[in-house]
Amino acid sequence: MKKGSARVVEVVVPLALLLAMVVGAFAVGKYPLDWRDVCWLFWAKLTGTPHGFPPSFETVVFGIRGPRIAGALLIGAALAAAGAAYQGLFRNPLVSPDILGVSSGAALGAVLGIFLSLPVAAIQGLAFVFGLGAVALVYLIGSSVRGHDPVLVLVLAGVVLGTLFGSCVALLKYLADPYNQLPAITFWLLGSLAGANGGDIRAGVLPMLIGLVPLYLLRWRMNVMSLGDEEAQALGVSTRRTRLVVVAAATLMTSAAVAMAGVVGWIGLLIPHVARLIAGPDFTRMLPVAMIVGAAFLLGVDTLARTMTGMEIPLGVLTAFVGTPVFIWLLAAARRSWT
Amino acid sequence: MRAVLSAAAAGLLVLLSFAADAQETRRFTDSAGRDVQVPLRVGRVYAAGPPASVLVFAVAPDKLIGWTSPFRAAERPFVPERYAALPALGRLTGRGNTANVEAVLAARPDVIIDYGSISPTYVSLANRVQEQAGIPYILIDGSFGAMTKALELVGDLVGEPARARALIEYTEETLARVDASKPSPPPRVYYARGPNGLQTGLDGSINVESIARIGAVNVAAEALGRGGLVQVSMEQVLAWDPDVIVTIDPNFHAGVWHDPLWQGVSAVRARRVYLSPAVPFGWVDFPPSINRLIGLRWLSWVLRPEGAPADAADQVRDFFTRFYHRTPSDAQIASLLRGSGLPR
Repeated sequence: MKKGSARVVEVVVPLALLLAMVVGAFAVGKYPLDWRDVCWLFWAKLTGTPHGFPPSFETVVFGIRGPRIAGALLIGAALAAAGAAYQGLFRNPLVSPDILGVSSGAALGAVLGIFLSLPVAAIQGLAFVFGLGAVALVYLIGSSVRGHDPVLVLVLAGVVLGTLFGSCVALLKYLADPYNQLPAITFWLLGSLAGANGGDIRAGVLPMLIGLVPLYLLRWRMNVMSLGDEEAQALGVSTRRTRLVVVAAATLMTSAAVAMAGVVGWIGLLIPHVARLIAGPDFTRMLPVAMIVGAAFLLGVDTLARTMTGMEIPLGVLTAFVGTPVFIWLLAAARRSWT
Repeated sequence: MRAVLSAAAAGLLVLLSFAADAQETRRFTDSAGRDVQVPLRVGRVYAAGPPASVLVFAVAPDKLIGWTSPFRAAERPFVPERYAALPALGRLTGRGNTANVEAVLAARPDVIIDYGSISPTYVSLANRVQEQAGIPYILIDGSFGAMTKALELVGDLVGEPARARALIEYTEETLARVDASKPSPPPRVYYARGPNGLQTGLDGSINVESIARIGAVNVAAEALGRGGLVQVSMEQVLAWDPDVIVTIDPNFHAGVWHDPLWQGVSAVRARRVYLSPAVPFGWVDFPPSINRLIGLRWLSWVLRPEGAPADAADQVRDFFTRFYHRTPSDAQIASLLRGSGLPR
């Protein structure tokens, strides 16, 4: 009974909060729309009755705010889940989804796309493919080097290749046309959902779901993995295969997220800690909480980013500005043990 | 070590001054108020950044010793081949130097000219390079209002006052025409950059100076005031609902007609999204130099209700002949003006 009510508190309360935030996010924005009109628009859409508003109202609510909210929820949940999985897998609380080079690889793909003046869809496609390719390369190097701790080799390969991709990005920035391409690159690297549309969401939702399902199915094994390789093997878990699946899943999700919104830091590193403060270290309980909190956090930050001023505030900047004080407060308020 | 270096530098200077056929100098006051000793006859000019390159190229193309970056394939046919083939020496302006001071020295310039904003940063940079390389470094104010003054200064410095005079007359005529046909009521313009068109310029950024100069209202500046380049949201653009969109991004221009979100913007529905020609130099903002003059004419044509004059293409051709020293062919004009809203 006690355990059951704790789970209700852990999942249902954040979920209700998240729903309230979604409703709130639909009601605010730079386009002057009354929240009652938004409600009426939803009602009309659901029942199929004509709403009698100008078509731009519908565009704003369903074409702009809708995809942005969906994008924030998806990316927040995906990055938090990927971060939680990696922190367990590498048994290190300082690990983020970028540790194997996925963000720097995706950033290189996108910057290359901007450098070559490609259309937006191609830039996003390149980001996604380069993110996947970067981690594949890291994994290949990590698994071909023998005689060391496999996790250590993997992480080292990720860090080294990550810095290499970072240098490639810097080189492209140096070579880019300073008046047109360089600002576009800078804006992209700061992360934003300003341009998110329905097409982006449709393209991103599939890889994120494909990544999420195995993480959820492997949630028990993840607990075992966090004991260490030898213990996990002694308990009958194939560490090699589990590691490969988790890395592939997290990479798919992170690549899709970076392709959609640029580089958004902080979430993958710190939301899992928030989830652990709420739900404890058990991965099966912590993963859903991390996803809900990640989604809510990014939705909140993105809503601020698009409403605080007429210009967009980059997500990469705002996540840390909003997240850091909240995190420190949580840290001070929490009594629960850490790992 | 220091003594050896300065001895080497002195030796190099002696050699250079022999090579440059040691001449008398005179005092020249640049836009920053710096008094610089310059050769009486300037034969070789290194332009420190892209804006300066365009300025010097227009006034004295034969004295330009190189560009800051190599010409791209699409830009090359618009300038005479002998100028397009000049070496790329890199840029030497404050942000992101790509030039090697030794390479600049090896190209034996008589003066270095920088054209842009005058701030303590640029003044100190000019002094440093001048001291280190021993070559007079001239700063010229790149603000829009000082364009004729800049032409005059360069003409005087490089000994081409007559060429400069002709370009000044063209500039004054352009500004007078633009002033005479200021659109009323002023159209509300959104300036779109970046692949998705959601980057724009605020009041005071060089990117949107032209829009303000021809008497149009920049919707972003109206709402957000002064600043540089910023990112805005689609929803914000819909809320501004501009009459006209001016863009420099061909991908954005090609895609905006089919993007359902942009159909909510009046400018798109009225098919008033204009793509700035970009070769060999941009028409709206980059580089921020005298290349923007033809952009001023273009903007004032597409923004006024009666549209472009019948001889718009001829005026464009005339500008290219005067400033870039090569008359573009009909096919070149047609490809140049694609998407610009001018009859081709």
